[in-house]
Amino acid sequence: MNKKTDTPAAGKKQRSLWQEAWRRFKKNKIAMVGLVFLLILIVIAISTQVIDLATHNQFYLSHVVKQNLKDRLQPPSAAHPFGLDEFGRDMLLRMLWGVRYSLFMGTLAIVVSCIIGGVLGAISGYYGKQIDNVIMRFMDILLAIPSMLLAIAIVAAFGTSLTNVLLAIAISYIPTFARTVRASVLTVKDQEFIEAARAIGCNDATIILQYILPNAMAPIIVQGTLGIAGAILSIAGLSFLGLGIQPPTPEWGAMLSNARTYIRDAWHVTVIPGLGIMLTILALNLMGDGLRDALDPRLKN
Amino acid sequence: MDDVLLDIKNLSICYSTEDGEVHALNNADLTLHRGESLGLVGETGAGKTTLARGVMRLIPNPPGKVVGGEIFYDGRDLLKLSEADMRRIRGREISMIFQDPMTSLNPVMTVGDQILEVINVHHPDLPRHEARKKAEEMMEMVGITSSRYEDYPHQFSGGMKQRVVIAIALACSPKMLIADEPTTALDVTIQAQVLEMIRDLKEKNNTSMLLITHDLGVVAQNCDRVAIIYSGEIVEYGTLHQIYKETLHPYTEGLFGSIPNLTSNIKRLAAIDGMMPDPTALPAGCKFADRCKYATDRCRTEHPRLLEREDGHKVRCIRYESSGEVTENG
Repeated sequence: MNKKTDTPAAGKKQRSLWQEAWRRFKKNKIAMVGLVFLLILIVIAISTQVIDLATHNQFYLSHVVKQNLKDRLQPPSAAHPFGLDEFGRDMLLRMLWGVRYSLFMGTLAIVVSCIIGGVLGAISGYYGKQIDNVIMRFMDILLAIPSMLLAIAIVAAFGTSLTNVLLAIAISYIPTFARTVRASVLTVKDQEFIEAARAIGCNDATIILQYILPNAMAPIIVQGTLGIAGAILSIAGLSFLGLGIQPPTPEWGAMLSNARTYIRDAWHVTVIPGLGIMLTILALNLMGDGLRDALDPRLKN
Repeated sequence: MDDVLLDIKNLSICYSTEDGEVHALNNADLTLHRGESLGLVGETGAGKTTLARGVMRLIPNPPGKVVGGEIFYDGRDLLKLSEADMRRIRGREISMIFQDPMTSLNPVMTVGDQILEVINVHHPDLPRHEARKKAEEMMEMVGITSSRYEDYPHQFSGGMKQRVVIAIALACSPKMLIADEPTTALDVTIQAQVLEMIRDLKEKNNTSMLLITHDLGVVAQNCDRVAIIYSGEIVEYGTLHQIYKETLHPYTEGLFGSIPNLTSNIKRLAAIDGMMPDPTALPAGCKFADRCKYATDRCRTEHPRLLEREDGHKVRCIRYESSGEVTENG
């Protein structure tokens, strides 16, 4: 009876969950393209920040913000590959400097709303009954207000600043996360292995964190990456309306908004920031899909 | 009665549904002695799993509710413990093996970590490498090489998964094991292996076991005592010999009648006619009266008590009330 019934696994290398996930992620070429693109953006965002710190904003002020009206709306050329914008500023530099606003603020807003919404959703899905009712009805109220309108209201009430824009975006995304997490918790929580976990004496926190959430991860990751894309669009949208990041900060949405009057005379001033936003969002979605598949051990091998 | 580990008294459990109160368990009495195995036998819906969950205090609420009764474990009433105290008992003192190993393991955690989990929960002070060593020992004990520690449940076959479940259940050397149809989801050869392993490990650790099954053959091989449950009531309780050789209750008789016999050549097995009564509307008299060939008018109106004979053999049937050899009990 005590003979070893399993096949020899001696030659097999033992890998941790994350190594395993990375190995699977690497196989997904399209997801890798998304990841590489995002890594490039992150490197750009960090290096522009470093340049600003090293030159005490001098480079930023003299090249990114300083206007040069005589050369305005110049089309792309060898000296200025992305052309010049409506105030004669180099579009390439402005695009590079704008990365950190779109990407980091979008990510930060989603991380905040994912944590808050995730906790609320997990609690209401797991405990149910009255707590569920209270939390979900409150989420319904938030959800009933269009997210853009809610963000506009928050920014209008507290004033336009980076933190307020961030907060506005984060709050408007909380209900979506709460609902997604609650729904996935509900599908997982009645499965037998949850009861088995309870039968070995796990407490509620362990059950939620170790058993329920890892099994409910897939929709949360997808929602998260889609959410970052949406948040970038919302930030761009707020800037477009003049409520987000204020000029002359080179935020992509604001650039798009300011340039829209020139679309007939100079295509590049609108197309380039638009493409930037689109490609970033595409990369995020591709990576999100890959991540979801890679993190599911059931799809192993 | 110092050797009694688990003593269930008058336990009643109800589920409230839209169709009314489902009386899943009605005044069940059950005694489990230290180091012994008790087989709990009954058909689907008789309340076997409800009883097991009741002991673990894992009745989903809502809709389930313990209506009354007491569960004494080692002298303490489990129903009166706080949730935190109960958590310390689950897994460490009383463990449970679930029916379906396919669904009772967490699909996104390695099997080794799942064994480690129960050790960590009950021995939080144990250093990580020691806990891991213990988890690997448990795997070896149930016949899985510890090199498969990092594998996920979907890489295991059903029988192997059930071994993992058993390893988890026994990792903290519990005093009592509840096995809820541990072999129903497995094929016959694996069933035999798993049962043999449970029996070996149980003897090694002097664990008591409550084996829930509807397979009388499994009970005959593994248990010292047997309780027959019907419609949420214990109808007969006694030693293996008493139940199998001195069958008293007509329902138990019917159960044995429906098992094929190797030596006799019968075309059709004798089935018990009819169905179990609807648990939302239980009859006033004996729950088995409608299917019983000995039923009298008195059976339909008067609810029989659990009678205890001098040798400890208990039965819930009016027929034995009049015979002089019984003493009344509950």
